[in-house]
Amino acid sequence: MRLLVYLPLLIPALAAVAARPLAARLEPRQATWLLTAAAVALAGCSTVALALLAASAAAQAPVLADLGHFSQSVIHRADPTSAITGTAAAVVLTGAAVAVAVAVRYRARALAESYRRAARLHDDGTVVVLRGTAVEAYALPGWPGRIVVSGRLLDALDEPGRAALLAHERAHLAGRHHLFTTVAHLAAAANPVLLPLSRAVDYTVERWADEHAARVTGDRRLVAVTIGRVAMLATPARQPAATLGMARARSRRVSVAWAGPVPRRVAALLGPPPRSRVLLLVAAVLIVLLTGASAVEAARDLHALLELARAGH
Amino acid sequence: MHQEGPGHPSGEPLRRPAGTLEAEVLAVLRAAGTSLTPGEVRGRLDARQRGELSYSTVVTIMSRLHAKGLLARERAGRGFAYTPVDAASLAAGQMSRALDGGADHDAVLTRFVSGLSGRDARLLRRLLAGGQDAGKDGG
Repeated sequence: MRLLVYLPLLIPALAAVAARPLAARLEPRQATWLLTAAAVALAGCSTVALALLAASAAAQAPVLADLGHFSQSVIHRADPTSAITGTAAAVVLTGAAVAVAVAVRYRARALAESYRRAARLHDDGTVVVLRGTAVEAYALPGWPGRIVVSGRLLDALDEPGRAALLAHERAHLAGRHHLFTTVAHLAAAANPVLLPLSRAVDYTVERWADEHAARVTGDRRLVAVTIGRVAMLATPARQPAATLGMARARSRRVSVAWAGPVPRRVAALLGPPPRSRVLLLVAAVLIVLLTGASAVEAARDLHALLELARAGH
Repeated sequence: MHQEGPGHPSGEPLRRPAGTLEAEVLAVLRAAGTSLTPGEVRGRLDARQRGELSYSTVVTIMSRLHAKGLLARERAGRGFAYTPVDAASLAAGQMSRALDGGADHDAVLTRFVSGLSGRDARLLRRLLAGGQDAGKDGG
């Protein structure tokens, strides 16, 4: 073990930093798969690493060492994991288990509610129109899933805009995007360092649906403008007109690197269609595999050590 | 869900007096088949209830029903005219409210857009005002 066991605890931090740039650069569908799989794999690896740290410290505890017939001195000499580190690992591990249990419970409840509601809605169509004054559009996961749109929003859009909106929501339902976001969310519950990955998946499924809408309507700018229009409608007006004019007069170059999801989606749609970036994808997959390998290697180290300690008893 | 008794889509029996009043008003609106102002609703209640309910009480009841998402309203003169929300959109509306209430609604519902911060709104305007070349910048 020694240092190898700490690698699965460090890589998630690296992944957290890389998540947002990756989400911006990779093709959305590939990005969604990669980030979700990476979140699960890294959460698994870091959990294993914590368990190994806790176990190696526990094996040194006199009572447990007797119980397992381990030689305390052999373990102590070979493995520098201190009791404090081991205890800390055990505490974090317990916290993670509780967090995952809570997250599973809430998410399962929310999904069950969603399915129940979707089933109860009238069964003659996918699209349900909400009355009232809200500006609202979302995909309601279910069997079949529904698209819920407020009448006010439909009225505010022209026919191509409505087509773009519905194509976007259909992509969410057809792609079962809620499963990706749920899985990434649970991984982040197990290891909160992975929270940026979960957020990135929330973003890449939107991009996925945007690109789908752009393909269906054949007009990237239309989708961008529709997103912009709906976002403005959904936001209570508080910008004085003067700011609007000034903003337009300023530089044409707009950086969305630190902006919220809506400007980033619009900027991506105003740019060229995303390309598949194999090298970046392969590099990311390799790093995740490396993490997995180091977790496995650390586990084998601990196993070998315990065998040794048993022999030395 | 969070809501019980009054105006529940399945029309459960009502217990509280306030709920009874709401149910009466809802029944009048459902029977009408058109949008009604609070004054018109009061006019259609039977005489006994009209005695109990002042105009302002009817207004209060109807705006409470509107706040619960059971009535849709539109401007009519100086006030509002109300229509009952049909069962399908009622269920969907309750869905969004129930999920809004829960900590976990974000990931279950994939919303088309969320609201914008002031900074995002400015950015968006600049992007759509002609920054065709801005796409490369995505972060």
